[in-house]
Amino acid sequence: MTVETKSISVITGNKAAAEAARLARVDVVAAYPITPQSPVVEALSKYIETGILDAEFITVESEHSAMGVCIGAAASGSRVFTASSANGLAYMCEQLSWAAGSRLPIVMGCANRAMSAPWSVLNDQQDAMSQRDQGWIQLYCRNNQEIFDTFLQGFRIAEQVQLPVMVCYDGYILSHTVMPVDIPEQEQVDAYLPPYSVHTVLDPDTPRNINPVTLADPRLNGDGVLCHGYMEFRYLMQQAHQEAMDVIVAADVEFESCFGRSWGGLTWSHKLDDADTVLLAAGSLAGEATIAADTLREEGIRAGVLGLRSYRPFPAAALAAQLAGARLVVVFDKSLSYGYGGPICIDLQAALMNHRLSPEIHGYIAGLGGRDIKARELTAAVQESVAWVKQEKALKPTGWINLKL
Amino acid sequence: MGQTRDCGQKTAMSWPCVGEAGRTGDWRTTRPVVDPDKCIAARKDKIVCMQCWMFCPDNVISRTAPPEIDLEYCKGCGICVQVCPSQAIEMRPEHAENAEASVMEEAPCDS
Repeated sequence: MTVETKSISVITGNKAAAEAARLARVDVVAAYPITPQSPVVEALSKYIETGILDAEFITVESEHSAMGVCIGAAASGSRVFTASSANGLAYMCEQLSWAAGSRLPIVMGCANRAMSAPWSVLNDQQDAMSQRDQGWIQLYCRNNQEIFDTFLQGFRIAEQVQLPVMVCYDGYILSHTVMPVDIPEQEQVDAYLPPYSVHTVLDPDTPRNINPVTLADPRLNGDGVLCHGYMEFRYLMQQAHQEAMDVIVAADVEFESCFGRSWGGLTWSHKLDDADTVLLAAGSLAGEATIAADTLREEGIRAGVLGLRSYRPFPAAALAAQLAGARLVVVFDKSLSYGYGGPICIDLQAALMNHRLSPEIHGYIAGLGGRDIKARELTAAVQESVAWVKQEKALKPTGWINLKL
Repeated sequence: MGQTRDCGQKTAMSWPCVGEAGRTGDWRTTRPVVDPDKCIAARKDKIVCMQCWMFCPDNVISRTAPPEIDLEYCKGCGICVQVCPSQAIEMRPEHAENAEASVMEEAPCDS
């Protein structure tokens, strides 16, 4: 389906994020500046000051407070947006868990940046991946149009499953690089994204205590109603994540019918149908992998790309279904679970084992702290893996692309 | 008793009411007992003194003469004993005879 395009803007990923928040009609923005995210909230601050966006911008002294404000605002019925990166996100860590546990549909942008030490402002995905188990949905984007579109989808997903959503996009590579982005009209966005309706609102007329001490076991409340213990709440969060998989797909399908663009929902693919050698990654790196796959095909390797869009929930079944014909899967991670391997790679290994699939899976660490990574380096890595498999060598250790040690 | 899913909650929450935190009287190992011969309010039969009522952190002591203690929710913290100017309240062991019995029952394990 084609949709008439009225307005193409050539903008950065950060601007695309801010435009999405504006058109989502967010009520409250609370954020603290950190490179490379700052231009997102600078733009929103300008929109709010000049009356382009009817919202509250709440300035705070730290990221911890920023998320605290977002939690309060979301719990009192506001559609809320924030953004952060790296150390800022880490400083938010404790509040991220509160946001998810309170089942508040906050949407935040994470312009992915390397964690210190040593100090770096450049890109990798260590920041967001380190927050994997906080209960947030994490979606990764390939380009600026996908950033814009994923934020709109993010609000829809978050509000439907009542979980916060982190939209992740590579710092500088996307956050500060201009690309053409189709910005729809407000009416089109309104048709896709209905007004926010909440499951719990803090209201002085019905005073209540949100998140009191919750004991291990269920208990009767003052009205004699048997209430969840801690584990029941946590099970419901897990259940919401499981349900989110269908919701993420549906949000993308509905998005396509409204705007004519689809991003694949949980995953996307490039020349995967007949591929026996699959490159798998998330974010802009996965976009780069499509060029590598094309080059590999010219060399007679039946290569394809499986892009991971949703990191949490982890679409194990969807990945397994698409990798049923793969003999070699090469996973590129822009972060590392120290002492083991690339986080996407180790999740994939577990997922395929659960689904009784046993292709060769090779992990590569790439692009940490902004180390440049070119398509030809991905190509070379796949060639190395193909040769390794042909020689029937022993277990392949995790590769480090472009390491100059 | 039903299932917890019937509560319909996604976020843990409570509403202000008596006993919302559960029957905290279960936590008590000693209970406050008021001696009406020493309690100022009881002796004067008037709402006077009321230090115990004022200081009780769980709001389980009534503003009456004599003050009454709601043992459903009294946690047995003993603050009332400390603040009583006439030493009219003392803490007595809860289920003293049961406690003794349980010690007796455990004794054979040592043999």
